[in-house]
Amino acid sequence: MANSTSARINPNPAAKSAPASSMLAVLAPAVGWFIPGAGHLIQRRWIRGLLLLVSISSLFVLGLLMQGHIYKANGGDILDILGFVGDLGAGGLYIATLAMNAGQGAIAFAIADYGTKFMIVAGLLNFIAVADAYHIAIGKKQ
Amino acid sequence: MAIQLTHFSAALVFALVASIVFGITHRDTARDMFRYGLYCFVMFVGGVIVAGWAMWLVRR
Repeated sequence: MANSTSARINPNPAAKSAPASSMLAVLAPAVGWFIPGAGHLIQRRWIRGLLLLVSISSLFVLGLLMQGHIYKANGGDILDILGFVGDLGAGGLYIATLAMNAGQGAIAFAIADYGTKFMIVAGLLNFIAVADAYHIAIGKKQ
Repeated sequence: MAIQLTHFSAALVFALVASIVFGITHRDTARDMFRYGLYCFVMFVGGVIVAGWAMWLVRR
């Protein structure tokens, strides 16, 4: 009896959850790109999300503190464009850095070069985290 | 504020962060994530040490 009542109220629960899942499949990567780890956090993967947030943000900020250089879209040189693609992966961190006009110095010594690489790798690692958030959203991964 | 890291400490930071992200994104269960992250960290740091000794041998 109870089953027939619930079937009348919600005849096909999967049909209702499908749009929510497809919305999450768009939202999770977008939010995860803007704030590293947020794509996992909005899907209630708290520990994974926090670890990603702390790890990727730390790497990016360390790179900035090491006086690393941040690339812009109009680099011209192919290596500058690749650097820009890497930096862009950090999402909100990259936008905030540009807004603060930070990371504009020349790469004059080895530590600054390491810092530049740190920021590029932080962006690339965030791309991987974004793909993972998408896989969780579509149910390919738990 | 600027910080100065040595080449080795920078490599350790890089290895730690990359291992955490690789562990989380490449495996499904918490246990597998930890094991794969540890494996990546050991491989990164081991690679740094091996490459360092290789360069020392080349320099001689």
